Parts: sequence; C-alpha cells; structure tokens
Amino acid sequence: MSLSISLTVNGDRCDVDLDDPRVTLLDLLRERMALPGTKKGCDRGQCGACTVLVNGRRINSCLTLAVTLNGAEVTTIEGLAAGEDLHPVQTAFIEHDGFQCGYCTPGQIMSAVGLIAEGQAGDDAERIREGMSGNLCRCSAYHGITEAVQDAARRMASADERKSA
Amino acid sequence: MYSFEFARPGSIDEAVKALKAEEAQALGGGQTLIPTLKQRLAAPSVLVSLSGIAEMQGVCVSDDNALCVGGATPHAVVAKEAAKSFPALAGMASRIGDPAVRNRGTVGGSLANNDPSACYPAAALGTGATIKTNAREIAADDYFQGMFATALDEGEIITEVRFPIPEKANYQKFVQPASRFALVGVFVAKYASGVRVAVTGASEDGVFRWTEAEEALSKDFSAKAVEGLKVSADGMISDLHGPAAYRAHLVGVLTGRAVNAAA
Repeated sequence: MSLSISLTVNGDRCDVDLDDPRVTLLDLLRERMALPGTKKGCDRGQCGACTVLVNGRRINSCLTLAVTLNGAEVTTIEGLAAGEDLHPVQTAFIEHDGFQCGYCTPGQIMSAVGLIAEGQAGDDAERIREGMSGNLCRCSAYHGITEAVQDAARRMASADERKSA
Repeated sequence: MYSFEFARPGSIDEAVKALKAEEAQALGGGQTLIPTLKQRLAAPSVLVSLSGIAEMQGVCVSDDNALCVGGATPHAVVAKEAAKSFPALAGMASRIGDPAVRNRGTVGGSLANNDPSACYPAAALGTGATIKTNAREIAADDYFQGMFATALDEGEIITEVRFPIPEKANYQKFVQPASRFALVGVFVAKYASGVRVAVTGASEDGVFRWTEAEEALSKDFSAKAVEGLKVSADGMISDLHGPAAYRAHLVGVLTGRAVNAAA
C-alpha cells in the first residue's frame, strides 16, 4: 500500500511516499528526513522527549502516525534558530542550566515554545511546572527549566512590545 | 506494531463504510491506541482515522442549552472553547494527561475506550450527556457498561457528545501523579431537576453514579449534606497507588470539595 502525504517541516515543503502506515512522525523525522534532533525516549507518550510542534501545537511525535499529518506544518528543534542566532528559549535554557545530560532538552525546549505561545502560564512558576508536566527530565533539572521558561517568556514579551511600539 | 492497512475518510459516511471491514478499528487521537498497537496488544486489519472528518470537529452551545462537542474534538479545544459556557467541563478537559496529550486526545476516543480512570466518563455520566453516534443517540446512563465496556456496536462511531449545561458544577480529581489519570475523580452537577454525582477511578466496574449523595444534595446542595455519607469499599480498585478503602474515602472527600467549588 502506498500512502503519500505532503507536509511542511521547518518551513520546507516535503512530499513523502510512505511504504507503511505504521511510520510515526518521530521515525519519519529521525530515520527518513535526517532530523535526529527530536529524541526517542520511551516511544509511548510518557516522557515527552519527542515533543514537536504540529500546526503550532505541541504533540508527542511518537504517538502520531505520519500518515495522519497530510498538510500539516511541523516545527522541530532544528527549525528554531535563525542561522547562528539561537531562539530565546534555547538561550534561556543555556543561561539557566535547564539541563544536564541534554537528552530530554529538545523536547523540553519545543514544549516550552508551545507553552509560551499558548499564553496561559505567564510568569507563575507553578503553572509553568504544570504546563511542562509532559516532559520528564531524569537528571531533574526542573528548577533550571522553570527559570528558563520564565526568563524566555519575559524576553519574548518585551521583544514583542518593542516590535509593536 | 503488527501490520495494518490505513484509511483516511473525509466524512462520517465514508468512515462507517471503512469500518465495515473485518477487524477494522477506528483511530481518534491515538493517545491510547498507538501505545496499545506498539505493545502488540491489538491487531486491527484496517485503521480508520477519524481526525480528517470536519463534521466531527468543534464545540457549540445548542438551543436547548447543551454543550455540543464533535467526537473528534481534542481536549485542548474543549478546554478553550467551553471556558465561558461550561467552565466545569472546560476545567476537567484542561487537566487531562499533559498538554501534548490534550492536543491530540479526543472526547470520542476517551468515551469509546471508557478507561475506568479516565475523566470524560465522569463528565458524561455526571451531566447525563447524550452520546450521538452515526446510528443513534445513547443516554449516558445506558452507555457505560463496565471497565472498557460501552453500548457501542462494532464499527459504531461517536460523532458528537451533548452535555446539558448545569446551573452549577465542578470536577475534582485526585491525580495519580505519574499518569495524571484520576486516582479518584468526582463530577458534581446541579440541575433544576436535581443533582448528579459521577465517580471515576474508583470502581472496578468503571464510572458510576453515587445515588445516595445525589439524593442528599438534591435536598440540600452543601458539603455538609454529604459529610456523613460513606461509600462501601467493596468492588473498589485496589492497586499500589491506593487500596480500596482509601479510594472509597476519597469519593466522599472529593464530592464535598466539588460541592464547595461548584460554580
């Protein structure tokens, strides 16, 4: 059975012929599109290491069959930086030590970008922790992660203000 | 995963046709089904995705004051769209699983699966919702038939769920912190016709109505009215997260909290 889909990944339009409907978005990105930044942790939706944005919303790419994403816009960790300039969330994770081993970090950062875009958590540490609850960190860098999200949200808000001023 | 064919219908009629194949299985948001397939606990011949059916998406309020949610609507959309019209239901949807799960998981998928610890069954039973399928309408009181068991026939699709909007309601969940399922969850809803109380996470038979509390609260809608009531620990779920007696106790505590918080 041949299933073709067309989707946009980090701004590039891709036509993909899937030979098997079982391919998850995670495996499509890592194995077939040479985008290994998105990590495979538990592969069953519990750890959040595979978090990416689909149409601006964060999802677990391991729990999403690629074949269901015809026409979707996907953003992965590789699509955040503008050339050499890191995304504000990436910068904040480095400055606040929001990681130790780094394996969960792409998922954490994509989830943080999604959370800030949702605009629900604001500056409240407890709401940020709740909003990041789908992303586990076995090194337990949670303190730095929360600080990084707060800091990035502030920076992005003031950058938006400057733009609109 | 075992091998399967895949169908992407664009309408309910096409989906019903595709589901007539032997061993066909509907796919909602896949937040339970995909892990199940990965563990090879299911082997459908055809997976029929419901996520491309526009007529099964969205939230609206009907003329008879019910919140109508399309069967393929994700939890995050309900959390946002129902925030003003039915805050108790929106609040329940906003605390299912984690944000990534809420962006994919759907109301129809949750009710069709009828996990004994899921939140939506409590909201559907607690409001006396109507489950609309491609073939008929099923009252919530007839729909839930025990752990993972429902009134749905083979190949029947939940196209819409209508939740009558109460005067006051609240959902209290004691979270199992790893899975974020309900260790116990209680949905309390007050209508002109009386109060409904539905409990999830507690019973080995899945979601149930606590009729004793309903009677007491219909006479006097206050936490005090249920203070003296006790639920039997017989038939309650007992696992490493909490024994049966603990769950039975939580039912009473959470019902009181839900009444206090009802808005």
